[in-house]
Amino acid sequence: MPTPPIVVADGVIKQFGRFAALRGVTADFASGRLYVILGDNGAGKTTLLRTIAGLAQPTRGTISVLGSKEIKSVRAQIGYMAHPSLLYDEMSGMENLRYFAGLYGIEDDQSANQRCREVIASVKLDPELPRPVGQYSQGMRQRMSLARALLNDPKLLLLDEPFSNVDSRSAQEMSGLLAQMRNRGKTLLVVTHQPGILESVADEFVWMDAGKIVDRTAKLREGTR
Amino acid sequence: MSFLAILRATLAKDLLLEWRSKDAINAMLFFSLLVVVIFSFAFDPTAEESRRIAGGLIWVAFLFAAVVALNQTWARELRNQVLDAYRVSPAPANPLFLAKAVGNFIFVSVLEALMTPLFVMFYKLRPLGPAWELIPIAILGTWALVVNGTFFAALSIRTKSREIMLPLLLFPISIPALLGMVNATSAILTGEESAKFWIALLLAYDVVFTLACLLLFETILEAE
Repeated sequence: MPTPPIVVADGVIKQFGRFAALRGVTADFASGRLYVILGDNGAGKTTLLRTIAGLAQPTRGTISVLGSKEIKSVRAQIGYMAHPSLLYDEMSGMENLRYFAGLYGIEDDQSANQRCREVIASVKLDPELPRPVGQYSQGMRQRMSLARALLNDPKLLLLDEPFSNVDSRSAQEMSGLLAQMRNRGKTLLVVTHQPGILESVADEFVWMDAGKIVDRTAKLREGTR
Repeated sequence: MSFLAILRATLAKDLLLEWRSKDAINAMLFFSLLVVVIFSFAFDPTAEESRRIAGGLIWVAFLFAAVVALNQTWARELRNQVLDAYRVSPAPANPLFLAKAVGNFIFVSVLEALMTPLFVMFYKLRPLGPAWELIPIAILGTWALVVNGTFFAALSIRTKSREIMLPLLLFPISIPALLGMVNATSAILTGEESAKFWIALLLAYDVVFTLACLLLFETILEAE
């Protein structure tokens, strides 16, 4: 049975001055599926993700997320991982996540600590690591960044380059974690230049070029791994 | 999720970051110290002249030093684009603004507490008016600087030359407050007139600009 769409984009155009990063994106993404968004640099992948997250407003067209065009009202159900870490370098992983937990209304000390430990452990990091994030390796930072995005147990997870600078074993572990999340009914939109890592777990590959979605395939094309 | 809990958590996080990096406080202290020392060498005022010019000197030094802290406030949110993590969360905008303003108020107050004795010593100051009135002047004056400063620093956050943009925006709009601070401080130091009018002006300025900043901050935060 087809699942209802969780994200619907209708003729989305996003311009930065005279440059159009998105040139009329119309697409829907069903819930409980893992989508891999592919394309060359400048294809509009990150802009599409930021627009869905509500960080960028469409110049024209509409985006509806979880049935609402007012993305602000569904933010509690969105997890967003950007290319930069979105973490404070001077604070430890646990300190960072404790702060962000407060922003999602997890205020009680005990439940916040427990939730932070759970998500840090789920990305195979040590919650008790006292080192500030600025002293983490790039791969550790990526995983902590993923932990931050998972903190609010989101229904929709938007991940921008989650595997960049992550070693292949950790990338496979992260891929397994993403598959588990999809199996629990979450929807994932993953922008990556390493689609091979997600080949076995992805439901659909979405191809972007010059600000448009040009193709959607169930399998990865030959030569694009 | 409560407004106060987010405000408290953001303030605690900012104080922790400043405690660990000491980015703002060190730069402010160094700058103010330079102003005190250089001005004391440049002028050799009598006690009477000191009382007349000290109000202006003190507040101009604090205003310039505060700009350093105000730029740092948002700079640390831009590193690793951490501000986006706040923007994608369901947390409202105003606790972030107030936490930043209160944080800056604490930093500038610490600076004032450390630098005022030096000003008194270098310029041989002794107030002839009611000295206790310097406390509300310091509180209201500092809040006037930081509330607008925090707002305009957020406004200039995405401009290329934000460190130049902040003083350009902040100084003109701070003129009424600066007049209030300088005249109130001079009135107390010289004992020639009452500072009450200037204190009332500062209070009105603070109320109006705090409300205006709170009303507009969400638009600034959501801007791309």
